[in-house]
Amino acid sequence: MHSCWVITKRELGAYFSTPLAYVFIVIFLAMSGALTFFLGAFFERGQADLQSFFSFHPWLYLFLIPAVAMRLWAEERKTGTNELLLTLPVPTWAAVIGKFLAAWVFIGIALALTFPFWITVNYLGEPDNGVILAAYIGSFIMAGGYLAIGSCISAATKNQVIAFIIAAVVSFLFLMSGVELVQSFFQGWAPDFVIEAIKSMSFLTHFNDIVRGVIDLRDVIFFGSVMGVFLFANTAVVDLTRGS
Amino acid sequence: MSEQGGELGGMITLDGLTKKFGSFTAVDNISLSVGKGEVLGFLGPNGAGKSTTMRMVTGYLPISGGRAMVCGHDIETDPLEARRCIGYLPEGAPLYGDMTTRQFLGFIAEVRGFTGADKKKRVETAIHKLELDAVVNQPIETLSKGYKRRVGLAQAILHDPDVLILDEPTDGLDPNQKHQVRELIHNMAKDKAIVISTHLLEEVTAVCTRAVIIAHGKLVFDGTPDQLQSQAPTHNAVTIRFTSSEGLVIKSDLSSLPDVARVETLNGTNTLMVIPAAGASIVDAVGICVRDKGVEIDEIFVERGHLDDVFRQLTLRG
Repeated sequence: MHSCWVITKRELGAYFSTPLAYVFIVIFLAMSGALTFFLGAFFERGQADLQSFFSFHPWLYLFLIPAVAMRLWAEERKTGTNELLLTLPVPTWAAVIGKFLAAWVFIGIALALTFPFWITVNYLGEPDNGVILAAYIGSFIMAGGYLAIGSCISAATKNQVIAFIIAAVVSFLFLMSGVELVQSFFQGWAPDFVIEAIKSMSFLTHFNDIVRGVIDLRDVIFFGSVMGVFLFANTAVVDLTRGS
Repeated sequence: MSEQGGELGGMITLDGLTKKFGSFTAVDNISLSVGKGEVLGFLGPNGAGKSTTMRMVTGYLPISGGRAMVCGHDIETDPLEARRCIGYLPEGAPLYGDMTTRQFLGFIAEVRGFTGADKKKRVETAIHKLELDAVVNQPIETLSKGYKRRVGLAQAILHDPDVLILDEPTDGLDPNQKHQVRELIHNMAKDKAIVISTHLLEEVTAVCTRAVIIAHGKLVFDGTPDQLQSQAPTHNAVTIRFTSSEGLVIKSDLSSLPDVARVETLNGTNTLMVIPAAGASIVDAVGICVRDKGVEIDEIFVERGHLDDVFRQLTLRG
């Protein structure tokens, strides 16, 4: 556990030692603002809540989280530092978790920096802050799901651009699996339980409950399982790609 | 071939170590043991399997066959314990370029379980040993190749490991830095088992107590640097430079001496090289012969033999 934390600290430092962290945070905040106020019609809705802010998170994360995750392992493989890291007395899983936590904490920092939205809505009206807190927690947990996918895919390639694109596509599939478009593709030939299973994999469906302020245990378990499965796969991929 | 163990037996023991990439055998059934106090020079042409062997011993690459024990720990079944007692400099000395030298060494110290004052002391000692004081606060990516290599070495010796595995430690260093690193290796050698890979043959005579050559993944030589040198075709050959070309007439006399394989005239000079059979010592007999014939000579000396020749002879075979 100790080595996990040491790696998390190093990785977090690595984000802030390059412009990446600042670029990411600025873009995340700017896009959140633009989407909330223009597309989300924050003022026009006339409601004191942050639904129009949170409802864009699944889409925002679709691009931004693969950008955070892409360097996690691809960069190590490219520069050869994974040979250094993986010959230190650290189990592979600890390195995987350590890196994942660093990126997750980083996204948490970016998410926390959206507090002006919360101040604004409290200034304008009397929102249910419990719902807002629940939505923040839910958004953070969902970010972890995207991140685990991105981290796993980053381990499979040396090329960060490829890691980004594939992670975005896979995340997109998870995001969209509950949408009519995808569902109708399966309807008519796939058995019901398959359709249900696909539907149940949807980030969107699980997140929609959370935005409304309901943290259902099932949703938490769902995102937790996504993280678990992809980080487990991540560990396996790191071990399989040693030396290649 | 010689079988040597250090005083405490094998700190590193390879038993039939094999690595296959698909149908290609990169490392083929290598067995050897390195003991405390030994500095083993691991030689071989590029692509012979040096780095692959080192990567297996340090637990980076999975092993296809045989086994590797480090400090009594099997690298496959007990990888963390084995890695704790290894200091490893990977090929090309990969480092986290975004960190400063001190941050990086601090990170390695923490991963290796040092904290507080102990960590600080370890880091400072390593900085001092590799003379990195001038660059401690510089990001590693801005450092010269020589400094990067030394940061890599500092990282490897930081925890004072029992086993040091250094893949081309002096690559990219200038002659002064090479000397310094060899000095460092020499000073640490007493209570460690050290393996260095290199293709600089001078390095073997400079720091190694033992030389191992691999070619095509197979072990082709294991012995002391002296034994290696003695395999040179010109080992113990006697070169004579005569004052004038008249001296060359004794060529046939020299050829008929016992233990002399052949005598060569070096092109366009008044110089003969007398090559012995099987490295025998012939300088006495040659000297007497020259004196008896009364020819005038400018110089006479015994060749030590070129390691390059031995290297080529051993690695090009087959």
